[in-house]
Amino acid sequence: MNLFQALLEALDSLSSNKLRSGLTILGIVIGVGAVIAMLAIGRGAEETITGSINSIGTNLLFVFRGGSDEVRNPDPLTLSDANAINDPFSAPSVVNVAPFISGDIELTFASERAFIHGLGVTSNYDEIRNLKLAEGRFIDEAHLLGRSAVVVLGADTVETLFGRTVGVIGETVRIDGQPFRVIGVAEPMGGSGFSNPDKQVYFPLTTGQIRLIRRRSDRVDAIIAQAISADAVGQAQEEIASILRIRHRTSIGVDDFTIFTQQDFLETARTITNVFTIFLGGVAAISLLVGGIGIMNIMFVSVTERTREIGLRKAIGARNRDILFQFLAESSLLSMLGGVIGIIFGWGLSSLVGAIASASDVDLAPKVSLDAIILATVFSAAVGLFFGLYPAKRASDLEPVEALRYE
Amino acid sequence: MVPGHFSTKRMSIIEAIDVTKIYIMGEIVVHALRGVSLTVERGEIIAIMGPSGSGKSTFMNVLGALDRPTSGTYSLNGQLIADRSDDELALIRNKEVGFIFQTFNLLGRHTALSNVELPMRYAGVTSGRKERAIAALEAVGLGDRIHHRPNELSGGEQQRVAIARALVNDPAIILADEPTGNLDSKSGSEILDLLHDLNQSRGTTLIFVTHDSEVAARAQRIIRLLDGKIVEEIGVEV
Repeated sequence: MNLFQALLEALDSLSSNKLRSGLTILGIVIGVGAVIAMLAIGRGAEETITGSINSIGTNLLFVFRGGSDEVRNPDPLTLSDANAINDPFSAPSVVNVAPFISGDIELTFASERAFIHGLGVTSNYDEIRNLKLAEGRFIDEAHLLGRSAVVVLGADTVETLFGRTVGVIGETVRIDGQPFRVIGVAEPMGGSGFSNPDKQVYFPLTTGQIRLIRRRSDRVDAIIAQAISADAVGQAQEEIASILRIRHRTSIGVDDFTIFTQQDFLETARTITNVFTIFLGGVAAISLLVGGIGIMNIMFVSVTERTREIGLRKAIGARNRDILFQFLAESSLLSMLGGVIGIIFGWGLSSLVGAIASASDVDLAPKVSLDAIILATVFSAAVGLFFGLYPAKRASDLEPVEALRYE
Repeated sequence: MVPGHFSTKRMSIIEAIDVTKIYIMGEIVVHALRGVSLTVERGEIIAIMGPSGSGKSTFMNVLGALDRPTSGTYSLNGQLIADRSDDELALIRNKEVGFIFQTFNLLGRHTALSNVELPMRYAGVTSGRKERAIAALEAVGLGDRIHHRPNELSGGEQQRVAIARALVNDPAIILADEPTGNLDSKSGSEILDLLHDLNQSRGTTLIFVTHDSEVAARAQRIIRLLDGKIVEEIGVEV
């Protein structure tokens, strides 16, 4: 008996009991569909997260105060640190440096009030973070020197405060009770990893130091450095580290600062989404396992029902392996059919999740990947073979005399 | 007289010498056959008779290589059936034995043609299978019914399909277990006529296991079993 004949005969036998075959297949359909959908959602989540991390800029480095837990009283980062990093001779891989201070502030306009994140920044912050203005202009050197009471608002902030997004330039808002003139409105950037730039406001670093966030001397909360290219990020990290080690007089191996690159963020995010995907996929795989047990159950019923047929086949010359093959063909066909329908079902399910996500304004586009399809196909075929093997073995081991006598 | 049990120079189709079969069912030991010897020549028509529990079904299973004897020797068409693997027995059944059952045992989902093709499939025949199956169905007078399924055929027709299936690999013997048991007397005698015709035209050895005295009356030799032993042999050597 060749493979094609065996499959044809298996199809014939399965179609003779359509309802039962259908219900058995359903178990696999749900299992495979769930695996496909869960992997797709995991993949989509990963792409959303890495996408928003990438939107930060692939060549940025973030320097924060504090290193490992062993370091007590780490030196704060200062404007002088930022200037030193900006020195092209000691840090040739760094092209731009933007130190900033940040804190939660109260923003009011007329009777509207918002508690949001405020950033005291330098004039190159917009450039380094790729911040585009919808209206007006960004903070410049003159504002920094003059400690001007000016503010640039994030897109969502404007909406919250004014109920409109245009024509707010020149308005005066109050930050912690002090009047600030609006000079610019940022374009929406979309939510990103740690803090949403659309919900922030920007004012001159110097103004913030004195009037809002109050940092002693020239302390800053973090420094953003831009490497000359994405490939130079590692080099830039080395250069910044050695500058800060000298300036902070740290002992070897105990840095009192931490440098994050975008790569580090990506790595962390990938680890998290991978765990998430494996978890979801694992839960889905359990339902596939249950589907496989369903196949085994039905195959046992089928073997018992067809005991006489097995006896007859053996009487006219079927070898044990012919019978084994016959039943394995049936169970594999069940699971393969289930797998194919399950892939379509999983595809539909992930499109549905995508539709729901976009309807509720969540940035998540589930992505059915080829490797998930291959994985599900191989896995479901393996389930069919594995769970079909025992019933098929039992069929093939039947004694012909007893099988023929079976009522 | 029957041929000698121990030294036939001609090759007999069946040579069973002192065959026993013991079943152990839990605590109970069943001696189904207690030393049965039988020699059958090519082209003979034999009827095996006996009441229920006499061991005739067990004997038929041994003769058909469905089961191995517990002791004694049995050779079918020159091949010793003992210590053979399951697969070797399957091959012997496929090539040497055609089975006909009281309940026909056709595969319900398959057409007459496909049922008759089945032994050839297990034999690994690939070319000319359909033609041979059609020829076998024509030989049993069902040339116009080849695409019918068993439930579209009468009992007599179903048994004809079973006969075609038994014939199609050109076996040395045909073993018929109560072939007329589920048929009315008219179809029953038609089936018997058909089998006797095949015996005449092809020289196929026929072995009937039956209660039916009409079937037995047309056999050349009748073997009566009781309690696992041959108690009587009636008939003439061909």
